[in-house]
Formats: sequence, C-alpha cells, structure tokens
Amino acid sequence: MNSPVKRENAAADRVSHFPKHIREEWVGRVYVYACVALLVVTIFSIVWFIASKGLTPFVSGAIRIQDLLTGRVWKPEGEPPLFGALPFLAGSAYVSFIAAAIAAPFGFCAAVFMTQIAPKVGRRVLQPAIELLAGIPSVVYGFVGLSVIVPFLRDTFPGQGFGILAGSLVLSIMILPTVTSIATDALSTLPAGLKEGSFALGATRWQTIYRLILPTTLPSLLTGIVLGISRAFGEALAVQMVIGNAPHVPTSLLQSAATLTSIITLEMGNTVGGSLHNNTLWSLALILLVMTFLFVFIVRLLERRAKR
Amino acid sequence: MKKSLVLVLTLIVALTLAACGKNNNEGAASGSPSASDSAPASSASGEALSGTILAAGSTALQPLVEQVSTKFMADSKYSGISVTVQGGGSGGGLTQVQGGQADIGNSDIFAEEKFKDADADKAKELVDHQVAVVAIAPVANPNVGVDNLTKQQLVDIFSGKVTNWKDVGGADQKIVIVNRPSSSGTRKTFENLALGGPSQDLPGSIQEDSSGTVKKLVGETPGAIGYLALSYLDNTVKALKYEGVDASVENITTGKYPVWAYEHMYTKGEPTPVVKAFLDYLMSDEIQKSDVTDMGYIPVGDMKVARDVNGTVSNK
Amino acid sequence: MKPKITDRIATGVIIGIAGIIMAILAGLIVYLLYRGLSHISWHFLTSPPQSFKVGGGIGPQLFNSLYLLVLTMIITVPLGVGAGIYMSEYAKANKLTGFIRLVVEVLSSFPSIVIGLFGLLVFVNLFHMKYSLAAGALALTVFNLPLMVRITEQALRGVPREQKEAGLALGLSKWKTIQSIMLPMAFPAIMTGTILAAGRVFGEAAALLFTAGMTTPKLDFTNWNPADPHSPLNPFRPAETLAVHIWKINSEGRAPDAPEIAAGASAVLIIIVLLFNFGARMLGRAIYRKFTATK
Repeated sequence: MNSPVKRENAAADRVSHFPKHIREEWVGRVYVYACVALLVVTIFSIVWFIASKGLTPFVSGAIRIQDLLTGRVWKPEGEPPLFGALPFLAGSAYVSFIAAAIAAPFGFCAAVFMTQIAPKVGRRVLQPAIELLAGIPSVVYGFVGLSVIVPFLRDTFPGQGFGILAGSLVLSIMILPTVTSIATDALSTLPAGLKEGSFALGATRWQTIYRLILPTTLPSLLTGIVLGISRAFGEALAVQMVIGNAPHVPTSLLQSAATLTSIITLEMGNTVGGSLHNNTLWSLALILLVMTFLFVFIVRLLERRAKR
Repeated sequence: MKKSLVLVLTLIVALTLAACGKNNNEGAASGSPSASDSAPASSASGEALSGTILAAGSTALQPLVEQVSTKFMADSKYSGISVTVQGGGSGGGLTQVQGGQADIGNSDIFAEEKFKDADADKAKELVDHQVAVVAIAPVANPNVGVDNLTKQQLVDIFSGKVTNWKDVGGADQKIVIVNRPSSSGTRKTFENLALGGPSQDLPGSIQEDSSGTVKKLVGETPGAIGYLALSYLDNTVKALKYEGVDASVENITTGKYPVWAYEHMYTKGEPTPVVKAFLDYLMSDEIQKSDVTDMGYIPVGDMKVARDVNGTVSNK
Repeated sequence: MKPKITDRIATGVIIGIAGIIMAILAGLIVYLLYRGLSHISWHFLTSPPQSFKVGGGIGPQLFNSLYLLVLTMIITVPLGVGAGIYMSEYAKANKLTGFIRLVVEVLSSFPSIVIGLFGLLVFVNLFHMKYSLAAGALALTVFNLPLMVRITEQALRGVPREQKEAGLALGLSKWKTIQSIMLPMAFPAIMTGTILAAGRVFGEAAALLFTAGMTTPKLDFTNWNPADPHSPLNPFRPAETLAVHIWKINSEGRAPDAPEIAAGASAVLIIIVLLFNFGARMLGRAIYRKFTATK
C-alpha cells in the first residue's frame, strides 16, 4: 500500500525539479512528433492493407500479373473467368491524358492572363473563379456531365454520348484549377529582369511569352500537368457517371469505355468478399496506388529540373 | 538519439491506434447492441422484443425493406426493435451476413451462385428467406417500333449478331445495348432465364449497375435496349413482350412468363427471435398484399410455381 | 509589322480563353441554380427523403454532411496542426524530413476511392465500426490531413521571423513561443485554409460510399443521446451525406420527382460550397484588416 504513494511522491519531486519551460517543451514535442508519426503510420497501413488484399490473386496463383496487365478480356463470371485489366488501364490513361491535353493550354493561357496581361482583373476575378472550380464537388460535375455534356455529344456526334470524350471533358474542367495554379506560380516567380530584357530588345509580348517564358517555365508547367493527370486518373464518381463502362479497349473517342476507378465503383458491392473477382478488384486498387507513387515520382523529377 | 526517439514514438502511436481500434469496437458494440446480444434478454412468451437489426445488401431490394422497416418500427408491438437497412450490393450483403457484420443479407440471387468453388461451404451456413418475387422485362426506347422479341432475337441482339432494329421488325435504327456489369444479379437472372446463356460485353455497349440509370438511358437514348425489374417500369420506356408473353402479374405467377427471380434475405443460421419477428412481419399478409405489391414486387405466396437453385421450375 | 499582328492575335486568344473559363464557371453555376433553386424550400431542406412518393427532402442528408464535417474537423485539425508545426518548426533539413515531406505529398495524391477502400478494410471491417459516421470521419481525416499539414506549415512560415525571435529572446520555450505567439499570428491563414478544406470535405463522395454507407436510419431529432441508435448524434450509425445522396438519386432514384431532387440537392451543395469559399475569403480579409489596421 505504501510503495505506490512513495513512487508518486518521487515522481512529483522529479517533475518539480524540471524547470517549467522544459516540461512544456517536452509536451509540445511529444505532441507534434506523435502527429507526424501518425501520418507515417497511416501511409504504411494504407499500402500494407491494400497491397495484402490486392496481391492475393497473384500469390494464390489464380491470376498471373502479366495476364492481368495485358489481358484484353474482362469476363470475371465467365467459364473460365478471364481477368484482363488492359481495357481499364487504357480507359484510365486515355481519359486522363486527353483531359490534360485539353486543360493544359487553357491553364497556361489563364496563367498568362493573370500574370502578364491583366494581373488586376486576374487576381480579382479569374483567380477566385478558378479556385471555385476546384471547390465544386465531383458528384456535381458528374451530374452536369450526365445532364448536359452527354446529351450534347449524343445529339452532335454519332454514338450514345457516353464515352472517353464525355469523361475527358468533365475531367478537364476538374483538373483545370490544378494546372492553372501551378502555372501561375511558375510565371509569377519568373525574375522581372528576364521579361524586361526581352521587351527592351524589342520583342512583342507574345514573342516574349512564346520564346522566353514558355521554355523557362516548361518543367513547372509539366509538373502541373502531371499533377492534373494524377488527379484525373484517380477520380471515380464523375467519370463513372459519364463514361459508359463497357470493358473494352476503346477504338474511338465516342465509344463507351471503363476506367480502373469506374469498374471498382461498379463491381465492388456486387461481389462477395474473398472471392477471386472481389480480390481482383483490390488488385486494381493496388494498381491505382502504384500509379500514384509513379506520378509523385515524376513530379519530383520535374521539380528537381525546375529548380535547376 | 533523435531517430530512436522517432522510432519509439512511432511504436507508441501504432499501439495507441490499435488500442483505439479496440475501443471503437467496444463503442460500436455498446452503442448498438446487436440482435444476438440482446435477444436472450427477451422471452418468447409474448413479451416485447428489443434489439437492433442490420440488413445490408441488394440495392434492388433495399427500398422495399426500408419501407417495411419504417412501418415495423412504427408498430407499437415492436417499438423496442430498431432496424437499419443498408445498400452496398448483393455481394456486400452476403459477405457481411456471412462474416457476422450484418444480421440479414439482402440478395437478388441465391447465395450458392455467389459463393462458388472454394467458398461453397460459406453458402451452406446461410438460411434463405424468400420474401418477394421480382420479374425482369426487356425494355426498349419507345421509338424502336418493336413490341415483342423472341428468345432467339434477344440472344442475337445481346451477342451483337443483330445490330439494327429493322432486322427484328422495327425501325431502321442502330441498336444500343444498355447492359449491367458482369457481377450484377439482375444480369445473371436475365442471362439465365431470358437468354439461356451468358451475354457478351460488346464494344460500344453501355454498362450501368443501377436500375434508375438504366431506365433513364433507355428512355433517352434512341435505339436503346436494356432490361429492368418490373418495379422500375414506367411510361418513359417500353416493356417488350418475351416470346409473345406479357410480363403481367398473372403470367408471372402461373410461370408462363419465365424471367423472374426471388428476392432473398439471408440469415446466418436460424434467425434470432428479433430478426424472426421482422421477417415474419415482412411475410405477413398485411405487408405482402399492400407494400410488396404496391412497389411492383410479387408476393411469394401468390406464386403457383417455384424455382430452386439450379433453375428447375416446379408446380407448387 | 507581322510580329505585332501575331501578338495581337495571341493576346486576343488568351483573353478569349480567360473569358471562356469564366463563362464555363458562370454557366455551371447558373445552370445548377436555375435547375435547382425552384425546388428548394424549407420543406425540402428539412424533411426526410421519400423512396416512392413526390415531395421527399434532404433533411437528414444535410444534417449528416454537416455533422460528418464537424466530426472530421475535430479529428483532423489537432493532428494536422501538430504535424504542420513539426514541418515548419521542428523538422531539420535531413533525410527524415524529406521522407515525411514525401509521405505528405503521396498521401495528398491518393485517389479518394483508394482511401475509401482502405477505410472499408480497416475501419469498417477490421475495427468493426460497420458503415458509420465514425468510419466515414476517419476516412475523410486521411483524405484531409495532408491538406491541413500544408496549410499550417505555410501559415507558420508566413509569421515574421522577428516575432519568433522576440519570443525566444524573452526566455520562452520554443513550444511556448509557437503556442502563444506564432499560432495566434498564423491563425487567420489556418482558419481560411481550414474553411476551404471543409468545402472540399463537404462535397466528397467516393471515399464515403464504402465507409459512411449509403443509407440513413430513421432519425429522431428530439433524441440527442449520442449512444441511442436513433439519435442523430450517434457516431456509430450509417449516414448518407448530401454528395452521396446526389450520386444515389442519379442512379437509383425511384421517386417520380428524382430529377428535381437531384437538381435541388446539387444546388444546395453548390450554394454551401460557395458559402464556404466566400466565407473563407471574407473572414481572411477581415482578420487581415484587423491585424494590419488598414482600411
């Protein structure tokens, strides 16, 4: 009975010998280190859990990795079941690259407008507008895509409206803010002397932009584009609502296609946990995860080049 | 020194996390005692039952169960019971009831069709409660100029052999197929009973999981064909006759119209008294004759034929 | 003469594109409001949805979205601020810091659906939370945390060095300096960033499909006991948020007025996001004015 009290007293003594500010410092430090540790734990558990689920089909020998990556036929309920994820890889790649191809010139022009042509109007009107675009939820984009873009495409072009083009258009608006904000940052940190020198040499504004600003900021612009692609690659609901979801490698822009994210949203709930079909969907999620790492890696490479 | 500190902290956080997980777990258990926990507390001798029921799964069955659960909870006899209904798809429902996370798993198809091969044993632990029958009809855009399709014509369309409506006696219009994802229960039913075999995922076809979207697409897209549960039909789409037979209630109950399936509510083992009370309520005439029929389903009791897992139809 | 003409054309094109972007945004918002506003009424905002009848509302969904946001922020803000303080004040320029920076970057670029699946695996299944607000809030925390870290770090870096040095010179501990000098200085920026992040959380759906679920049990809004399954405050009940509801209505909606409900709900969502945006901007400006005493 005595000993715990004694120990407590001893502890209290020791604490009182610590100057107050050191104790404070320690509490603070433990707190921030814990927060950071939590971040690290989170990321490792995400990778661990998704990977352990996603690797099951390969480990059990049911599917070979190369079959999943290069197979063109997705027939999980067939006899025998076929799990070819190439259609989804292709679909994801198509929509995100086309979206980036649309968003990149728009984003660059918007950035030029905000930094070189009309900074005041840009800051007061365009910048908030673009930030607003970033804030609009993806289901709302999907809703607009479904009720505006798809009917428009269906009436204008042959086909049903659903497909790669519809998905790319929706995504391009969604990633425009990412591309624009990074381009704007790059353009505004350009040394003023560079531009003035060019003007002094008699170059027009466009010549300056085209010959000088574009090449010098190119790595940063590319960073923005890669980040945009990365975001488009992982977007789920808006794309799923407008792309049509046929599991085929699309042969035209107007053809229904599927992406990694859309097939996961569609089929995850319909399959029973632990079945091969279900586990393969986790493999697709793992591919998404690996792609994220790849994109981050590319962005890092580009950033390093931009700094040089 | 610094690095070791970080290491130690990481470990602490990891442990705390694990502990948190446990706490949350307990929290969940105390926050919503599951039916099995509290069931023994109530006696079967007519005393009020109390507990909670979680039913998860099929989105096609979800509206019916939701509707009935609202009525059930409003009934003073069952005021102690709280029913929660979740979607998540047939597969999710079966997984959850099998794993014990849900009390009832709602499914559009037999559990045996989902738990296959290595998992076949899992289906044996589940007890099937067939609560309603749903018929599936081929539907088309109202302007295709066709109102009847034979089985062969359907097979030709869904395998891509026929691509224009004029080849099956309709307008000169390209056929647009609106199919379901390969994991869908509705698709499986339609394939087995209307087509007699698997359909193809044709390039250019559209796949949507939800009946609402399918209805919307078929209604809006010129030349579209799809299939819908009867409960979703309205005048924006045209229900086609199958082999000359209308998907009317009479034709379905007598077995003349073959494309129908049970809606299942699975429990793991025999249901607890609380779950049983809910299932009995759902099967009562009061509900079967009103809510079930109002929502476009057919009461199981009205069926003059029955079908087993293998698809064999027999007279009752 | 020719370069001048090209210059004019190019300038015209750039201004045109800026105009197009504005037009897209304006068109988007006008379209959503035009389609949805007529459907918004007090009844729509407060009553529960109807599966089959006309006249369903979005009351519980609206409440779920707000409650989930509050839960998420209660978890995210302390963690995010803590990690942000580390990044700006305690991190040394070494490999470990570089690694943590990478972690934050990767975490912020994970697709939200992957985070949702992770939530399904860990919070819903492993921790047995089932589909619940708590699981949803934790998934959203993973989604939002890197953003909070960045906001805090940038806000703290924006504090003038002299302020920090003055604190340290007074003999305050580093932590005390951060706590009572730097954080209050950085508060406006953190606040603005947090509100913007809140707008993002509010509209998130993909991560919630598999964690918070797609249904809402019958709620009894007179029962505020968080342990009761019917209480709106119970964090262990499933909850469908407004964004998820829009997704579901667009696909499974069977009420005759489903398109109007989807439009109305989208309009409500967009209005709330606009409010978050303008709110953050105005608050930031107001606090800035107060601090700098300019007009």
